[in-house]
Amino acid sequence: MSFTADEMMAVAASRRLTSSSVCFVGIGLPSLAANLARRTHAPGCVLVYESGTIGAKPTLLPLSIGDGELAETADSVVSVPEMFSYWLQGGRIGVGFLGAAQIDPQGNLNSTVIGNYETPKVRLPGGGGAPEIATSVRDVFVMLRQSPRTFVEKLDFKTTRGDRVRVVVTDLGILEPRDGELTLTSVHPGTTVEQASRATGWGLAVADDVTETEAPTDAELEALRSLETRGGE
Amino acid sequence: MPIVALSEAVSNLVQPGDTVALEGFTHLIPNAAGHEVIRQGVRDLTLVRMTPDVIYDQMIGMGCARKLVFSWGGNPGVGSLHRLRDAVEHGWPAPLEIEEHTHAGMAAAYAAGAANLPFGAVRGYLGTDLPQHTRVATIECPFTGEELAAVPAMRPDVGIVHAQQADRDGNVQIWGIVGVQKETVLASNRSLVTVEEIVDELELRPGGIIIPAWVIDAVACVPGGARPSYAHGYYDRDNDFYVEWDAISRDRDTFASWMREHVLQAVAA
Repeated sequence: MSFTADEMMAVAASRRLTSSSVCFVGIGLPSLAANLARRTHAPGCVLVYESGTIGAKPTLLPLSIGDGELAETADSVVSVPEMFSYWLQGGRIGVGFLGAAQIDPQGNLNSTVIGNYETPKVRLPGGGGAPEIATSVRDVFVMLRQSPRTFVEKLDFKTTRGDRVRVVVTDLGILEPRDGELTLTSVHPGTTVEQASRATGWGLAVADDVTETEAPTDAELEALRSLETRGGE
Repeated sequence: MPIVALSEAVSNLVQPGDTVALEGFTHLIPNAAGHEVIRQGVRDLTLVRMTPDVIYDQMIGMGCARKLVFSWGGNPGVGSLHRLRDAVEHGWPAPLEIEEHTHAGMAAAYAAGAANLPFGAVRGYLGTDLPQHTRVATIECPFTGEELAAVPAMRPDVGIVHAQQADRDGNVQIWGIVGVQKETVLASNRSLVTVEEIVDELELRPGGIIIPAWVIDAVACVPGGARPSYAHGYYDRDNDFYVEWDAISRDRDTFASWMREHVLQAVAA
């Protein structure tokens, strides 16, 4: 089956989760990846949404982190202060998915402003849960489409620390930290190392053992597409 | 604690220059109360909300706010808040001062406010550019020596939340995603709760929380008062509206005429 870049990203990220993963998910690609993992190889994976729903099991992809279905299917629904204090900062959550507007070679993230803080060119939504996710979970997974505007040598603003970033899944490949710097370790089918380098705003390090990402299987794609099919919408 | 009309509750409780928190984390967002604040033309507010979304975009675009305290300002699942961006990027309709935090920081600030403690402590902020631009301080734990970020307690003049039910005495029940509503009411000097319905007797729901009448200043019955967000057990989120808001809010004139038609000329509940 043929597949889109977004589908490749969701599949590549979902493969990093296991049945014992407890992961903090946001809306969009992370939610797609985590729900796909639950439907395929990692049925025991626990999904935590920052709205306070712990162990949510949505049948369709939620459109917001606070969808009623998340609360209805959750093992437990807790208040926002409890979520961030007992569960996130309490160290109960192993994996945190993050996105951003910019990432630097150390995996630090900007989701605050493009340009100067006081007189920004673009005012972005801000940190939200990310700064504490990045300092509380064991492993941060970043999902981000790759371009020289996004993958920058120097961030306009450092919103979130990169020290726990273990993998960056892009539309072109997979980057992992090696000796403290994000390094291309895999390219997706149909993509070249050269393309990934051109889409990076710094001299991208390439692993000696760089591989090609295994293409999504039919089973993965079918599970993915059934998650996205919302009746009547 | 009287059950009053929304217009009366807002005019009694919300004064120009106040710090006002309208909370509801993705669920039970008090949109109708925000519209009443706009209709009454209350200005110069410091607006507080973890996730300013459409209702704060509207209040900012209509010139209610002098300052915004927040942790994530976007249209969830859609993109930017264009009125918020216009205020920050171009000072329209008025310059907007920004104080931004993280979700954990805001949650800790509300909890500290409710507990009448001077600050909350979190592990985020440190090692980022946020401390240079917001009200946090680095403190050392007196027991372990660990460095933490201290976030000043949130003590709004007025806290406004929406809930499913109140009884005739004004005791309130919220269920589903309960967000930061209880902390908002308890941290605020004055509080207003709008509800979907008034019932003879509150029947405790699974996961429900009760906020007793004696910590609330006013309850107003406003069916549909959370729309276009949702009220668990009553109605669903109007996802299409959030998408439509992107186009409505992008242009100043389109925004202004939409607000005239749907908010300013609408009759208060």
